This record gives sequence, structure tokens and C-alpha cells, in this order.
Amino acid sequence: MPELNDGFSTAWHLLGAGDPHLLGIVLLSLRVSLTATLLACLIGMPLGALLAVGRFPGRRALIVLFNGFMGLPPVVVGLLVYLLLSRAGPLGAFGLLFSPAAMVVAQTVLVTPIVAALTRQVIADAWGTMHELLRSLGASRLRGAATLLWDSRFSLSTAGLAGFGRAIAEVGAVMIVGGNIDGVTRVMTTTIALETSKGDLPLALALGFILISVVLAVNAIAYAVRNWAERRWG
Amino acid sequence: MNWLAIDHLSLARGDIRIINDISLGLSARRTVVLGPNGAGKSTLLRLVHGLLRPSSGTLDWPQPLSQAMVFQKPVLLRATALDNVAYGLKLKGLRLADCVRQAREALARVDLMHLAERPARLLSGGEQQRVALARAWALAPQLLILDEPTASLDPASTREVERIINDIAASGAHILMTTHNLGQARRLAEEIVFVAGGRIAEQTPVAEFFNLPRSVVAQHFLEEEIP
Repeated sequence: MPELNDGFSTAWHLLGAGDPHLLGIVLLSLRVSLTATLLACLIGMPLGALLAVGRFPGRRALIVLFNGFMGLPPVVVGLLVYLLLSRAGPLGAFGLLFSPAAMVVAQTVLVTPIVAALTRQVIADAWGTMHELLRSLGASRLRGAATLLWDSRFSLSTAGLAGFGRAIAEVGAVMIVGGNIDGVTRVMTTTIALETSKGDLPLALALGFILISVVLAVNAIAYAVRNWAERRWG
Repeated sequence: MNWLAIDHLSLARGDIRIINDISLGLSARRTVVLGPNGAGKSTLLRLVHGLLRPSSGTLDWPQPLSQAMVFQKPVLLRATALDNVAYGLKLKGLRLADCVRQAREALARVDLMHLAERPARLLSGGEQQRVALARAWALAPQLLILDEPTASLDPASTREVERIINDIAASGAHILMTTHNLGQARRLAEEIVFVAGGRIAEQTPVAEFFNLPRSVVAQHFLEEEIP
């Protein structure tokens, strides 16, 4: 497996040398995916909580929809966002296509159903345990949902992590709406796809190792924080 | 004078009648609902508290009473003991400073001020139940409903919880509770309501109930013939 060895050594070399081009790609990847995850959490967590505790017509259909959308194909999302943001599209006037903002939009669309569906599950479990108390104390469903979101904050970190994992690892959507423009919208996954197609496997592998390391590092930090918090708060 | 009149109350789930045509007037300050497992005791309490809606029948409150409920397993938020007690007060719309002051007073009444800033879920089972009692007491309820509040507690914690229930009753609240601890029922109750099979078997002053229960099912229960 000479490619693997080359990949490792190239990765270490690029990281050790602090290659600014590589650093730019990694930082853009993190910036886009973390922003998209944050936005998806801001939208998806309240939405998931309302789906868990609310009782309204169409709720079950929405739950099925969000569960199904956890598996949205990135290229389809990319295509839809492309149509929305393209010059002739309804949001074309904003001129976002082929910018990091467009990539954030696409990844937010991709990640929000994941965060919402996982949040719904966590909050539904918490609601099962606590709804009698909340009702006894006079909390409305809305207030109860807000209380449970805060109370389940450590469990919900898993939803955020799953969303981030999906965002940072996807290639189809950001390729379509970002255009993989060097220095502007090129992220780790699109670079890996490009370098592989050019036959530059060591660089592609190096970026792959970095990508996996980033995901593992983020998960390890989140795991440590969650463990500490659960020891601290029970 | 009844503080609650229950008229032909029923609760059905499918074909099963969990509460079966109960009519009952409650006038005693401290009422303990006894009965075997699955008799419908906890369900009756939840109907009284409004957590469940009856299939039929009515609950008539001559004067509306403010209520609080304490559950068998203390349900606490992932927050400090103080914040747990203050949470109920916040929901009543009190100013934050008043919430904190009243929550501290309630914790002091259950002898937990020294644990006010501790995460509630890391407290012992007995301490957690006392936090739950403080949360209920802070609301100054006119009716306190307790569903087997000492079911999983050791004797020392049980005594402490009973002391708090006595104090809450002494502050003027009506007490309506269930327990499987017959000694506790004898210590706390003025009146026993005995439930079996979703029906009221008898409603008797406590001394009379333990000396000479009127219903056969209660006699059997006291002889431990009913599990």
C-alpha cells in the first residue's frame, strides 16, 4: 500500500510545514460546516422539541418527513439550493451562488432534519419522564419544550455532533453550490474529489486523514465535555 | 364540609375501567388512599390533580384549591436544588428575586439549605424527595397530593419526609396521599379511603379502619391476603 504510506507522510509534511493553502482549505471547511451546524441547531432543536411535545394536525406526517429527510441525498439538496440561488432563481438577487454562504445554506438544509429528528427523540424521552411534573407546575407545552431543551443539553450534543459529521463529510451539495473554486469555495471534501480525479492520491489521502482527524477531535472534545458535565450535573 | 365532591367518576382505557364509577366526598384534612397494587390509587390522585381527564363523572370543588403534587420518584431538573425549587415559582410569574428568596425559605423548611447550590440529581434519594417537597411547599398549596412519596426511601428518610408532610399540613394545606406503608398511613391519616378494583371499598376514620375495617376486601388487605 504505497499510496497509504505516501498519504501519511504527505499529510505529516503538509501539517508540519503549516502549508497555508492546506490550512485555508481546512479552516474554510470548519467555518462552513460549523456555521451550518450552528444554524441547523438553532432551527432544528426547537423544531424537534415542538414535534416531541406538541399536539397538532400533521404532526405525525412531519415526524415521518423529518426522519426520512435524515437521508437526503446531498447532490439533490445541492441541486435544489443551486436552483434557488441561481440568477434566475427566487433568491438569485442575493448573488450567493458559488460562495461559502451558498455552501452554508446547502449544508444547513442537509443537516437541519438530522438535528430535528434526533432532538425530537431525545425530547420525547424526556417528556415521557417529566411531562406530569411540568403540567403539575403549570408549564405550557411551549415552556415545557424550552425547559426540556435546556435540561437535555448534554444529550442533545449528540444531535449537533451527528449534524456536524454529516456537514463536514458531504461533498455533493457544496460541490454544486460552491463550485470548488480554489481559494474561495474549495473545502476538504471537494479537494479530495478533485485530487483523486487528477490522480494525486497522496494529497487526497492526506486530506482524508486530516478530515478524519478533525471529525475525531471534535467528537473527542464533545465526549469529554459531556462526560464532565454529566459528572458535574448528574 | 367537603372540600372535594367526586361524582360518578370513571376512567377507561379501551375496555378496562381503571376508575369505575367512584363517588366520594373528601372533608378530612389528611386523607390517605390505600389499596392493593393496580387498584387505581395513583390514577385517582392524577384525576384529582387534573393530570388525567375522566371518561365520565365530575369533580366538584366547592372552593377552588391551589394544588401541588409530589411524585413517587422525585423528578428533578438538571440544575441546582435551589433552581429546582425556584422553577415552580418562576412559572407562577414571580420576580426572580422573590423566586430565589422563597425557594431558599422552602429549602430551609426541609433542612436542605446547606445543599442549595448542589446539583439536584446528585443528591441522595431522600434529599431529592425533600427537594421535590420543598418545590411543592414553596407554591403554598392549599392541597398537597403525594403519590407514594416514601416508596423507595430508607426509614430515616421516610421519617424526615413524614415530618415535612406534617409541617405542610400544619401550615394549613389539605393532604391527599397514597402509600403502601400501613404504619405511615396510621401516623399521617385522619381518614382512609380504601380502593380496590377501581372502586371505593370504604371511607373510614383512620382508627376505625385499622381496628375494624368495614369491607371484606380491606379486612383481607390488612391481613395481607391481598398482595
